[in-house]
Amino acid sequence: MADKIYRVNMNDLTSTIEDVSEAWAGLGGRGLTSTIVAAEVPPTCHPLGKHNKLVFAPGLLTGTIAANSGRLSVGAKSPLSGTIKESNSGGTAAQFFARLGIKALIVEGKPSKDVLYCLHVKKDGVDISEVADLKGKGNFDTINTILAKQEEKKAVISIGPAGEMKMPTANISIKDPEGKIRSAGRGGLGAVMGSKNVKCITIDAAESSTVQIHDPDAFKAAAKVFAKALMDHPVSGQGLPTYGTAVLVNIINEAGALPTKNFTSGQFEGAEKISGETMLELMEVRGGKNRHGCHPGCVIRCSQVYNDANKEYKTSGFEYESIWAMGADCCVDNLDQIAEADMLMDDIGIDSIEIPVAIGVGMEGGLLPFGDGPGILKLLKDEIGKGTPLGRLLGSGAGAVGKAYGVTRVPVVKNQAIPAYDPRAVKGMGITYATTTMGADHTAGYAVTANILNVGGSVDPLKKEGQVELSRNLQIATAAVDTAGLCIFVAFAALDVPEAFAAIVDMLNARFGLSLTGDDVVGLGKAILKTEHEFNLAAGFTNKDDRLPEFFSEEPLPPHNVVWDFTGEEIDAFWDF
Amino acid sequence: MQVTVKLFANFRNNRFNKEVRTIAPDITVGAIVTELAIAREEVGVILINGRHGSLDQTLVEGDTLSLFPLIGGG
Repeated sequence: MADKIYRVNMNDLTSTIEDVSEAWAGLGGRGLTSTIVAAEVPPTCHPLGKHNKLVFAPGLLTGTIAANSGRLSVGAKSPLSGTIKESNSGGTAAQFFARLGIKALIVEGKPSKDVLYCLHVKKDGVDISEVADLKGKGNFDTINTILAKQEEKKAVISIGPAGEMKMPTANISIKDPEGKIRSAGRGGLGAVMGSKNVKCITIDAAESSTVQIHDPDAFKAAAKVFAKALMDHPVSGQGLPTYGTAVLVNIINEAGALPTKNFTSGQFEGAEKISGETMLELMEVRGGKNRHGCHPGCVIRCSQVYNDANKEYKTSGFEYESIWAMGADCCVDNLDQIAEADMLMDDIGIDSIEIPVAIGVGMEGGLLPFGDGPGILKLLKDEIGKGTPLGRLLGSGAGAVGKAYGVTRVPVVKNQAIPAYDPRAVKGMGITYATTTMGADHTAGYAVTANILNVGGSVDPLKKEGQVELSRNLQIATAAVDTAGLCIFVAFAALDVPEAFAAIVDMLNARFGLSLTGDDVVGLGKAILKTEHEFNLAAGFTNKDDRLPEFFSEEPLPPHNVVWDFTGEEIDAFWDF
Repeated sequence: MQVTVKLFANFRNNRFNKEVRTIAPDITVGAIVTELAIAREEVGVILINGRHGSLDQTLVEGDTLSLFPLIGGG
């Protein structure tokens, strides 16, 4: 049976199942969420109003045997940035959607009654029920309560208290195979879910089947080449499984690009203590575990189980960017305190990049001393988690905190916090932060590859030459990867090994009976970026919003003492395609 | 002359994290890599004082050489 679109109307609590239009048939993941948002959401609408829509879509390859294809895209107009937004995540939900033949779930409207709902998605439709007992619950308690009630295997998507309170940095949590959490982390999509009074979405696996493959033999052959390429590449086969993404702490620090003390230095004295190497040593001593996958079928398995000093579980999916944000940016060199914060932010349901960056800005304004780890934990528990006035301010993100404390060094683009690579010393990332349709987002065009890591070529991170082209090519490729439902970490192999990229195209063709070329896939990426860009222009954004904050141009970043030196015209050339 | 050598990720296994080493002038990065029993093709990133370098580059007194296998994340 052909895949369908499931649509839930929260105005009258009804749902429908629709055929997929021709225009949407060739899309999945980000390509589909962005196309639906652009087609159906008025660009100038209030992100928390009834006209915004929350769209979930598995990728084109999700649900198949393709390695690392279990990503779920979530799209809407962002309450943080006001731009179009797509945030994607691992967990089990995407594969459950795909195996039920659900190409996208669209949640629209807004209920008149002030009560929370659960959407239970199954083959023949969506059941909408009240879940008053889940009000105010954290994500872990929510997931455990749902799983305890029901016998069948279920995927769970939920929001924590931050989403219920509609904080513009609230995220959406997705249960992983072990009942822990992965997050569609950025841009406040949890607030959009909260604005529609949807506390959770459960997805039934009982009636799921395998996804249809047009040419199973060709698919299997391409999937084999693809998985082998991922496992043979040193980054996806060795570095990521062994050390996790935190392997980046030391190299970005050594390169002088680790934003420290609210972006005043490129090196952090305590970097070694919060590095991937240190994390691995602690996991070995404390009985943690590396090589942990966020979804079935992941062969990279960059996640881990991180235990505390008492050998008790503390957190998983303990990522470089989250560690950097509370670590170097807030000057906390204690990995256990950062792990505690990571777990708390997962439970509250809030962006673990945006919040520590916001606190770093607050620290500069006198909120707390830099380095005060216990102080940060207290802010998370007693202020943000409880929704006090200070908690709501912090939960509004780095831009809001900068205004409230009169700070001029506020690292945001389109009001979204700049993550873990200083744009002065990794200039390709600066172009990505400035131009991506998402607000500052490292995943949109990860120029760290060629700038620092010598993957997919080499471009000097401290010079301007080649950066616009690098960022453009990566952003186009990323839009396509996000549409396929693949983890972005497949790019390390796909950028270096031609067979890996060819295998992605072959899998798409075998899955759907198409004859796409590599150029067609690039064309798809370009079309998605343009659709998103047009939405933002119609929402009121101009090229003047594609700029970095002025302090990057005026304050040299030690140790290389470099500034951001691109002209507006040079940045705008990004869109010449 | 003296230089500081820093190793990262699995290059640390059975070696060291950071060491001040005395080397002959004009010695290349490649020669130091060989001395450390690291296969040249395993070297992913070379940083000399935080800037990208190459195997045939020579060091000067006081330099910091950081050696990484190919790694990634993000």
